[in-house]
Amino acid sequence: MSADTTSGPRFGETPILELKNVHKAFGPKQVLCGVDLSVRAGQSLVIIGGSGTGKSVTIKCALGLLRPDKGEVFFDGLPATTRKAMDALRRRTGMLFQGGALFDSLSVWENVSFALLHRDGVGRGEAKKRAIEALAKVRLGPSTADLRTAELSGGMQKRVALARAIIAKPDLIFFDEPTTGLDPITADAVNDLIVAQVKALGAAAVTITHDMASVRKIADEVAMLHEGRIIWRGPAADIDQSGSDYIDQFVHGRAEGPIQPAL
Amino acid sequence: MTSSAPFAAARAPRANPFQLIGRTVLAALREIGRIAVFWGRVLLACVTPTIYVREFLRQCLKIGFYSMPVVGLTAVFIGAALALNIYTGGSRFNAEQFVPNIVVLGISRELGPTLAGLMLAGRVSAGIAAEIGAMRVTEQIDALLTLSTKPERYLYAPRVLAAIITLPILVVVTDIIGVMGGYLVSVGSLNFNGDTYLRNTWQFVTNNDIVSGLIKAAVFGAIIALMGCYQGDRSKGGAGGVGRAATLAVVGAAVLILASNYVMTSIFVRIGL
Repeated sequence: MSADTTSGPRFGETPILELKNVHKAFGPKQVLCGVDLSVRAGQSLVIIGGSGTGKSVTIKCALGLLRPDKGEVFFDGLPATTRKAMDALRRRTGMLFQGGALFDSLSVWENVSFALLHRDGVGRGEAKKRAIEALAKVRLGPSTADLRTAELSGGMQKRVALARAIIAKPDLIFFDEPTTGLDPITADAVNDLIVAQVKALGAAAVTITHDMASVRKIADEVAMLHEGRIIWRGPAADIDQSGSDYIDQFVHGRAEGPIQPAL
Repeated sequence: MTSSAPFAAARAPRANPFQLIGRTVLAALREIGRIAVFWGRVLLACVTPTIYVREFLRQCLKIGFYSMPVVGLTAVFIGAALALNIYTGGSRFNAEQFVPNIVVLGISRELGPTLAGLMLAGRVSAGIAAEIGAMRVTEQIDALLTLSTKPERYLYAPRVLAAIITLPILVVVTDIIGVMGGYLVSVGSLNFNGDTYLRNTWQFVTNNDIVSGLIKAAVFGAIIALMGCYQGDRSKGGAGGVGRAATLAVVGAAVLILASNYVMTSIFVRIGL
């Protein structure tokens, strides 16, 4: 494991999100075996790791979508154990799901402004106006606002999902495989949008991905999850000189090495 | 003896039948417990704020209005077949004149709510389970939670309320169309006088007949929507999981409709409703 390099002049002192010794099993399968992780305000942390190593489970535990069997999640220094604390966490976080998870019964603008309409009690006229503004930030024109989500391409769906994640100006945004299923050019455009919007909001970001191009573009720091534990963490700039065989194998996409392919 | 020992050692231990029975009973109890907790949470969401009115109205349209054709068609054929059967059976002891009375009694108290319930178990419960199941496997329900919206309030309560309110309305439609089905056959094929048929029907049916059918319909509506929501919420594993959820929702709702129909009929008979 590399030395802790999380403290830096750009980032806040108190971690906005902290996972301590988080364990999670599904039946006999132990997925997380003591994950320790922290993200500071304004910091972009990318979690990498092979398929089935528990990356999605980690952020689902952080968001309270799954309850850890053991360990604790802290948000802004406070334990996110009660329903009230979890509600507070969710009000200040945004999430971009792997498949977009857009509501197909609603129009694009209703998807984007869902939190404004149903959580914050904003009127439909004002919510639509703000949705169109959010869509503009992800380079989608006002004509997309009234479309159904099924009418959008994969890249457009990701951008709508990004607009939904940022519209309420969250302090922390989770990105679950933001470029999966996109061509390299669209993926790069989505990465650019993520970087631009996270910086514009001054939010912290936690991204999970397999895509090394995304890692290099998005990450301030990289953490590698393997066999349910964080086995390496360091600045994104150090990823090519990590000294870790696991990181080397993953970065270079080799089948040979300490990580067994998930076949 | 020695040669057979390795084979004996490799043989799987025979399952103890008591263990199997115990495991099955415990699994059934666990499932009943899960259903009870889920239904409790959703019913609580139905009677406490916030109610999503737009979503509720949308569900009323989907569950109630769009079910009219299937329920209407069922009712007209059942009413017609019922009239023919009662005429045939009644003629054995010169009781053909009771056709209108028995048709309206049978439809309003029993066949109207039960058949409408069973038809909607197929159409609505499966539809709800498939829709919620697809939302579950595509992480839309997780997305709702991250947007601080509880699925039991936004997704399940509007569907359950819509089913509870629209099923009695559908049963009123079923009753009317069912009686008209009996009327058409009786007047057209069995030489009944139309005015007399309708007068007999109107004079014989009581408020209790209608009310008992409507109470049953409201309960069936709750069962249909709750079963669809429960199975959809529990679905996992992609398209196969969603299909399984839809099947389980229909089977579960149909069995519960028939069982609760018997229980409610027993209660109504006892209290004179």
